[in-house]
Amino acid sequence: MITVKYFAGLKTLAGSEEDRFDLGSETTVRVLSEEIGKRHPELKNLIGGKKVMVSVNHDMASPDSTIKDGDEVALLPPFSGGSM
Amino acid sequence: MDTLTAESKVRIQKEDFSVTDEIEALKKVSRNIGGIAVFLGTGRELSKGKDIAKLHFEHYPVMAERKLAEIREQAIGDFKIIDMSIIHRVGVIDIGENIVLIVAAGEHRKEAFAACEWAIAELKRTTPIWKRETTSQGEVWVTDTP
Repeated sequence: MITVKYFAGLKTLAGSEEDRFDLGSETTVRVLSEEIGKRHPELKNLIGGKKVMVSVNHDMASPDSTIKDGDEVALLPPFSGGSM
Repeated sequence: MDTLTAESKVRIQKEDFSVTDEIEALKKVSRNIGGIAVFLGTGRELSKGKDIAKLHFEHYPVMAERKLAEIREQAIGDFKIIDMSIIHRVGVIDIGENIVLIVAAGEHRKEAFAACEWAIAELKRTTPIWKRETTSQGEVWVTDTP
């Protein structure tokens, strides 16, 4: 199982903090993104856009990055830490 | 405050921090510190013309702490400062309360100022922390970082 975590506004849109996906022993960020879009149509246009980044096991990933069974993926909207 | 370890120099926490205590703790690292630059970010009332009632910060545990540790290590290496502390609060923060603290300690002021300014910009750019503002018109996640 792959765990997918949602943060900030994406969590609100998904209506959940995290999901689990079973995509076999190995897949890619691109394939997982399509599956997330199917489960959460409201996220479809945001995933794969320039603003939302994806991490795999806490490292930034690209659409071609490999995801293995048991990995933790996070969808990261634009950061806004610090103060203005 | 006792002598700081590398882990305690980079923290994400709900509770407030003491600017004075953090500076004093970092000063104990070396007797060669001659200049300390501090950035303190605080919650302000007005944002883009809207009155803010309170702020809420959320972070991605592990990744956010790791990013702050990387920023500290790179600041020490690139700017040749002696040490740095970075503390960011999460949870509900009221107007006027402390949000983020960066303390950069160097032999001289020049590298301390430069490291401090770089570190807060890098934090905002690379660290998975998000801010939600509560206004009279509702709650909104802030998605841009000027």
